[in-house]
Amino acid sequence: MEFISQPWPWYVAGPAIAFVLFLMFYFGRSFGVSSNLETLCTIGGAGKVSDYFKKDWRARKWSLIFVVGIIIGGFISSHYLMPSHAIDLNPVTMSELADLGFANAGSTFIPDEIFSSENLGSVKGIAILLFAGLCIGFGTRYAGGCTSGHAITGLSSLQLPSLVAVIGFFAGGLLMVWFLFPLIF
Amino acid sequence: MKNLKFLIIGIVFGIILSKSEVVSWYRIYEMFKFQSFHMYGVIGSAVAIGIVLMQLFKKEIIKDFQGNPIHVKPKGKGFIKTFVGGSIFGLGWALAGACPGPIFVLIGHGVWSILIVLLGAVLGALVYGLLSEKLPN
Repeated sequence: MEFISQPWPWYVAGPAIAFVLFLMFYFGRSFGVSSNLETLCTIGGAGKVSDYFKKDWRARKWSLIFVVGIIIGGFISSHYLMPSHAIDLNPVTMSELADLGFANAGSTFIPDEIFSSENLGSVKGIAILLFAGLCIGFGTRYAGGCTSGHAITGLSSLQLPSLVAVIGFFAGGLLMVWFLFPLIF
Repeated sequence: MKNLKFLIIGIVFGIILSKSEVVSWYRIYEMFKFQSFHMYGVIGSAVAIGIVLMQLFKKEIIKDFQGNPIHVKPKGKGFIKTFVGGSIFGLGWALAGACPGPIFVLIGHGVWSILIVLLGAVLGALVYGLLSEKLPN
């Protein structure tokens, strides 16, 4: 039962993700999530404003169904497989976050300071979430993939563009956390 | 229904990302602060096993379920687009503490504010599509 009650260590999670990668290729597809963002644009009618989105989204149905599965997997985990939603953090991380204004870091999966429903009532709260999303959507499509497509699939198949993309992921992430967080929070 | 298997694989993936806490904003923060090995271990071990799998695909030791060779589509080349695009994604990944997979997992967790991140991400993809021909490669 410990498998359900306790969080999984990296050496369980990493190989499990590799198994997902294997299954996707075994069933004749590829492993990636961010291309679904484009498919959602196509379904929303973006083909009317740009030929870029004039694609047959039905050909991507398998990937949308994969995403629906991801949502269901999140629901099942959150309700039945996670007795505790607390995150065990390094004390250094906790005190740093407290200095930034994040109280009770690690008491829940995600910080209230960014994701609480009260934040949806403030311009700054909405702006942070929307800006983060814009960067994720624009960046992944410009780069041609996200963590699953570039970092996992691309690096596994020893593709140079994916290494460049992952270096970019870190350049952006480090800039955000080390330099922009103190300005935003 | 031939797509049912992808629903099940998705459910498994959502559970893995939840149980390993990869969907936690804090795990992404500590990764970029080099304060924990967890995320490096997750991605690193997935890639290490992935490299072996890809070799087995390439040498056709493992074929797909219909017995056909498995080909991995090459990623688009272009230093500017992968580096600049990657960096912009990195900004969003660190701020939201979630990349596209975890965004969907967190919807399942009932984190409704993540829908604003998803809305932003779809708009971001839309902006990319509108500008794609004008952007440098």
